[in-house]
Amino acid sequence: MDAVLLSRLQFALTVSYHFLFVPLSVGLGLIVALTQTHAYKTGNAKDEATAHFWVKVFTTTFVVGVATGITMEFSFGTNWADYSRFVGDIFGAPLAAEALLAFFLESSFLGVLLFGRKKVSKKFYTVSAWLVWAGSMLSALWILIANSWMQTPAGFEVEQTATGAKAVLTNFAQAALNPSTIPHYLHTVDALLILGAFVTIAVGAYHLLHGDKQFGRSTLRTGTVVAIVTIILMVPFAHIQAVEVGSENPEKLAAMEAQYEDGPVGMSIVGSVDEQNQQLNALEVPIPGITSWLATGDSSTSFQGLNSFGEDDTPPVTMTYQSYHLMVLAFGGIVLWLIFALVQLSRLKKGREPQRGILKALMWAPLLPYVAIFSGWVVAEVGRQPWIVYHQLRTADAISQSVGVPELLITIVLFIVIYALIAVIFLKILIPMLKKGPVVEEATAGDVKAVTGKAAKAHTDAKTTGVKASVARKATSSGEEE
Amino acid sequence: MTFLQLLWFILICVVITVYFVLDGFDLGVGVMYPFLGKTEEDKAVLRRSIGPVWDANEVWLLTAGGALFAAFPPAYATTFSGFYLAIMLVLFGLIVRAVAVEFRGKAPQYAKLLDALFVVGSFLPALLFGVAVGNVLVGIPMNANGDYTGTFFQLLGLFPLVCGLLGLAQFILQGCSWAAVKTTGALHERAEKMRKNAQIAVLVLFVVASILFLGFENVPMSSDTSALRILFAAVVVLGVLLGFVFDGRKERGDLSTFISSSVICLGLTGLTFASLFPNIVNGKPFSSSLTIVGSAASENALFAMTVITLIGLTLTIIYQVIIYRTFAGKITPKEAQEY
Repeated sequence: MDAVLLSRLQFALTVSYHFLFVPLSVGLGLIVALTQTHAYKTGNAKDEATAHFWVKVFTTTFVVGVATGITMEFSFGTNWADYSRFVGDIFGAPLAAEALLAFFLESSFLGVLLFGRKKVSKKFYTVSAWLVWAGSMLSALWILIANSWMQTPAGFEVEQTATGAKAVLTNFAQAALNPSTIPHYLHTVDALLILGAFVTIAVGAYHLLHGDKQFGRSTLRTGTVVAIVTIILMVPFAHIQAVEVGSENPEKLAAMEAQYEDGPVGMSIVGSVDEQNQQLNALEVPIPGITSWLATGDSSTSFQGLNSFGEDDTPPVTMTYQSYHLMVLAFGGIVLWLIFALVQLSRLKKGREPQRGILKALMWAPLLPYVAIFSGWVVAEVGRQPWIVYHQLRTADAISQSVGVPELLITIVLFIVIYALIAVIFLKILIPMLKKGPVVEEATAGDVKAVTGKAAKAHTDAKTTGVKASVARKATSSGEEE
Repeated sequence: MTFLQLLWFILICVVITVYFVLDGFDLGVGVMYPFLGKTEEDKAVLRRSIGPVWDANEVWLLTAGGALFAAFPPAYATTFSGFYLAIMLVLFGLIVRAVAVEFRGKAPQYAKLLDALFVVGSFLPALLFGVAVGNVLVGIPMNANGDYTGTFFQLLGLFPLVCGLLGLAQFILQGCSWAAVKTTGALHERAEKMRKNAQIAVLVLFVVASILFLGFENVPMSSDTSALRILFAAVVVLGVLLGFVFDGRKERGDLSTFISSSVICLGLTGLTFASLFPNIVNGKPFSSSLTIVGSAASENALFAMTVITLIGLTLTIIYQVIIYRTFAGKITPKEAQEY
């Protein structure tokens, strides 16, 4: 085993694990903000319980994302020292910006979500939920700026130094808003939101089957509404991304469709690549040049095939090809599952029983966006090989020369052990939490007679204390922040 | 040396100081958790005392890492790859303690395991940060590319180990001082007592480290910063002395003791950076050191970072003031049970 391969393996392992949780943070962050806003508006105990349920689910996943995210920031220095020396001038700034402009926002108000429910006003609590989500969306922006620069570097020049070449920033705006930043961001973040929606759909389906039906129904509806919007948006977003890849990373596009010769590019549905004989055996979309048409609006546009590039300059074909088509298939599944959810919702609306088989299928809904996210990501990163920074620095030249094979092996094993342990505890917490659903607090759980008897009085009490509280707040607000 | 290069050398020192102060107390609480927390109730109070803030405190470390990467890429590359196994241990510590402290309330069946992970995970960074700083001060063996040429065990020299213990004592002092601010009753008394012991340990270890460094290590230091070094050393001693004074005031002195302990953090990082100047990482031989000028990012990059930091720090200070005010005050055992 060589150090390059092990370094890549370690990065793939740690970043993939991290990325099991991050999409949940971004996707469920929106669900938390939406349900919390709803609860704030209605003031209904049930809605509050629902919002609190999502806060608990969200914070449980969030912490694993945070903990495993530190690995990623450190890893550039620990495992990719020569990469860091080459790109530091450009790549470091978005990482620092991510901490300063996103993580502080996220983590500060996460504290409020976790511990502030009985300490701060409902308004502050609701605003905090939105701020946490905004923080996660911003963090996605900065890290995708950094990643996009590796795909389509811009705003720099290469300078020779005594210890080798390095990229030097010439224009920050060009580097940050490089050609793939916006397409990458829209495409990726929308995928994460779809995942959040599908998790919500799955929870709704579970509770329609096994638990609190009312909660199940409203949750299914929330998830489906978010899913409709995000899935529709995915069509233009994916298109923008494909156009960008076609114009900026032709090797990647060629590998995605296993196109060896120059010419218009078609589209496979499923297939296999015989790399030795440069043969593609595939079931194709029966429209010639459809990928060319999607990427340029003209089905006769010719793209360079893999043979137009040097043998050492093209990505692994099979992996890129299969991942890309897996992603597209998963998106097909996502659309199908959305239709399932819509059908069940309309049955519920008409007062009919939902179909149990379909609900069971919906419980597995999150797997589809997960497959799409991971395979799409493999397309982006493996399709960029053999470059770590496209056409500037090869992956093989980017590792830490002072880190040897034994150290890499030890840490890979330790990562696996620790991450597996975390996964076990995480699932033992999360699954019962999801199954239990929301817990409506105190009053309703107590004696029904007592509650109804006191209800009228409590109502007027609440009104007067509400007025008092707001007067008191006004009195102090002059001297305090607010 | 340009203005921006010097500014970023100072800013990195500032960010590390803030990290030392803030994550210092929550790591310290973690290290002392089994000694301070005798009952289940105590433990819940201790966890709750750092619960809403530890995550944001840790972001200061990510900021420091990102800022070092952006402003002095070779220094980031050399230290992080050179201290590979040590950094990985820090990392594993930070990972398991984060998960442990958040999961503890949700998974009572794993209470023992999670408590152990919380303590070990806090101890590893609290000890190893100091060891790393000690090595950067005495100089790390490296080749022309800046790659570390020694082994893991070569990092464990006497001076770096004393620095590790000094750092650990200071983390403990931060932790006990914070615990005293946030608690009442028997728990508070224990925190107070341990705080005093930690103060003494910090003072003794600081003197030992200084003697070792000045008397035995023979690391050249710039004459431009000799006044600053004396100043920061005085700040360390002042912090300890103020701590002794406020310590006598019992509960009324809790916050002041925490602040004087934080002053020690400032003195220690300030002294480190003043000793390194005009290098950012000392090398062995000394001529291989990474200098501020030689490893700084381009002026364009530093300027972009300065703008980002001005905006980011302003916002961050606002968030942190809001959060620390929201969660100010002593924690009652009842409050500690609420999630």
